[in-house]
Amino acid sequence: MGADLLSGVGRAVTAQRRETLRFRDAHVEMAHGAGGKATRQLVDGLIAPLLGLPREALVDAAIVHLGQEMVAFTGDSFVVRPLAFPGGSIGELAVNGTVNDLAVSGARPLGLLVTLIVEAGLATSVLEGEMRAIGAAAACAAVAVVGGDTKVVEHGKADGLYITTAGFGRVDPRFTLSSRLVQAGDRVIVSGPVGDHGITILLARGDVDLDADLRSDTRSVWPIVDTLGDAAAAGIRWMRDPTRGGIATVLNELARETGFTIAIDEASLPVREEVRGACELLGLDPLHIANEGQFVAVVSPDEADRALDALHGISGGELAAIIGEVRNDSGGGVLAVSPYGSARVVDMLVGDPLPRIC
Amino acid sequence: MCLAIPGQIVERSPDHPDLATVEVSRVRRVINVALLADEPLQPGDWVLIHVGFAMSLISEDAAREQLRLLAMLGEDEEAMRELDGLPATSADTP
Amino acid sequence: MKYVDDFRDPALIRQAAAEIRALADPSRRYRLMEVCGGHTHAIYRFALADLLPPNIELIHGPGCPVCVLPMGRLDDGLAVAEEHGAIFTTFGDVMRVPGRRGSPLERKSKGVDVRMVYSPLDALRIATREPDRHVIFFAIGFETTAPSTALTVLRARALGVTNFSVFCNHVTILPAVRAILESPDMRLDGFIGPGHVSTVIGCQPFSFVAREHRRPLVTSGFEPLDLLQAIVMILRQLRAGRADVENQYARVVPWDGNRAALRAIAEVFELRPYFEWRGLGFISQSALQIRDAYAGWDTERRFVVPGVRVADPKAAQCGEVLKGVLKPHECKLFGCECTPERPIGALMVSSEGACAAHYNYARRQESRREPVAVTLADTAAT
Repeated sequence: MGADLLSGVGRAVTAQRRETLRFRDAHVEMAHGAGGKATRQLVDGLIAPLLGLPREALVDAAIVHLGQEMVAFTGDSFVVRPLAFPGGSIGELAVNGTVNDLAVSGARPLGLLVTLIVEAGLATSVLEGEMRAIGAAAACAAVAVVGGDTKVVEHGKADGLYITTAGFGRVDPRFTLSSRLVQAGDRVIVSGPVGDHGITILLARGDVDLDADLRSDTRSVWPIVDTLGDAAAAGIRWMRDPTRGGIATVLNELARETGFTIAIDEASLPVREEVRGACELLGLDPLHIANEGQFVAVVSPDEADRALDALHGISGGELAAIIGEVRNDSGGGVLAVSPYGSARVVDMLVGDPLPRIC
Repeated sequence: MCLAIPGQIVERSPDHPDLATVEVSRVRRVINVALLADEPLQPGDWVLIHVGFAMSLISEDAAREQLRLLAMLGEDEEAMRELDGLPATSADTP
Repeated sequence: MKYVDDFRDPALIRQAAAEIRALADPSRRYRLMEVCGGHTHAIYRFALADLLPPNIELIHGPGCPVCVLPMGRLDDGLAVAEEHGAIFTTFGDVMRVPGRRGSPLERKSKGVDVRMVYSPLDALRIATREPDRHVIFFAIGFETTAPSTALTVLRARALGVTNFSVFCNHVTILPAVRAILESPDMRLDGFIGPGHVSTVIGCQPFSFVAREHRRPLVTSGFEPLDLLQAIVMILRQLRAGRADVENQYARVVPWDGNRAALRAIAEVFELRPYFEWRGLGFISQSALQIRDAYAGWDTERRFVVPGVRVADPKAAQCGEVLKGVLKPHECKLFGCECTPERPIGALMVSSEGACAAHYNYARRQESRREPVAVTLADTAAT
């Protein structure tokens, strides 16, 4: 499981020739950052080859042997507009997002570095608010902010504030996680209702003028993962946090890596009424909407019920559900099966989901 | 074209006769009801909403009648058995 | 959700599907066209084709206003916005449509002030809040959406707002349906009528389909049970040798349409003599333009519009797919050169276009062929 970092250096030095890079676009566009197919193309076709990244490195956290310890490292960046929204703000997202990347890699989060890129002209009160939010979120997640950096850029850049983090944690020996462990018949569990965060942000932007009692679901999922580990660690094959691009994206990545078909039972997907209403009004699919406080786990069929019971018993896990299963059929990809037995393909989006009127 | 969703009028605007608040699955929006000016629109009525406008007053009676007709379909046992033999996925090969 | 979940009832859906199987004559093929892009989307989203017997084929019609929008019109709208520093507003559906110099979203990252709106009234609101900027509302849609644009223009006039104009690309459905029926390749047995267009224009205007062309047309809603019931009604007509217009969507669609909506359209708009439909060519009397009385709110009269025409690459077979002659995956470029990420033709740019819907929702085999470069340089632009 540990990546051999030093050989990666060698690979990076023998950099690829430009002509052999698969990424052919002349410019980087917004779609490349949305977490879907375009992001995949950018990472696979330019970033990973030039950095000499091994295939396994393209996950939420890198696992590294340091002497006797196995340490998980992760990095992330946070760009959100508006900076504050019902349920949280960018500071909270930064902490929880980093912590969650570690948690779903089976590592107990320990600490993080926080880098700020501040737009000149940002009100000090806003920055203060975010620092308090970071502090509070870190305390809540029981992690330490151990350092960081601050830069200020010209007015007009950075949308107020960008935050980049580097997080680290200790790999928890209870978990052995890899997409290679996934087998046909395994169940797919989601920790709670999907779409809360993305729809909250969409509404908070004010472009669509909808009013709903919705909050971002941002939180550390480590306590829930921890409980799951106690109850059913042996059966947990793989976990991911479905942020930008939603459930559809992480399950498509799993399907790609394993070659299996992931069949989602639409009727089982937990979705709040408000999220459903907003999605129907705007022509969006909850499967593609970002979450900031949930995770998806693939669990062996023997442990699935025990895992679910454990989740239901913990505060914040009451709405966890088994939403699908892994199948070994020739098609691959992700399917959504309707309550009346028909099935449609659920693809990754190219960029962010956009409301439609047609 | 034409994504349009049923929503329930929860209140009409006292200041603007053309505006009303609708609710769809606990999501609210102010919409324009000028296209239904000829109807006696009241809170509790259901309308079809498209791009922020009410397009039609939904008939509860017609809906119920439709569902009644639908419930009478497919009582042919033979056809039901044939349907049950379908696989859950389609092999849609080009 | 009321009026939604009832029409997604799994037990009733299975019953309706069984009725369809019982009604379909196993010795014949049925080719039914759904005119409206929203129906195309629904058919794929609910995977309704899975429920139909193999001898019933659903052909996707041209009722996708984004798909039939010529690229040149989008280029024109963006060009005017860029040149005059205007705010370019439009629906989410248009934001990723490729123009020659990029989609609205891409042009946004290059400095054009592009903003997505859910309603034309939101665009007007932007104009009232930013009186120093001009706001262009790039309008698309069939008759369903035209009344909303019309009412917005009327409201702009009532408020005395002059920093607002509409770049009007509204098209009308009947000429497209006629074009389909009069095409020599046409082999359709029946039509699923556009439920929301009919909310405005009623069912009556479609009577020529039954009278002149002897084909049943059933106006349908958008939930799975609506579409299945409409198919039942079409099959019953075909069995009885009838050809009538019927209204499956009676809970929403008034037979005579919405008079207030038709009045609003008539007040603000008139028919263009002709308009280009991407993939179908020029069709007369098929699109709306703003009347002289409202010229002050017509982008094409407030500003000089380049009037660029951009033809699709010859290799793209959009027209044939639009008319239902080819299925999406039968186009040579489908899934390889032409994908949702890199749409070349009209039907891949919108998620309800036949090609995009098929690509996104139906099983497909990954194309193993290396894409051949197909660029707009292969086309003639005038």
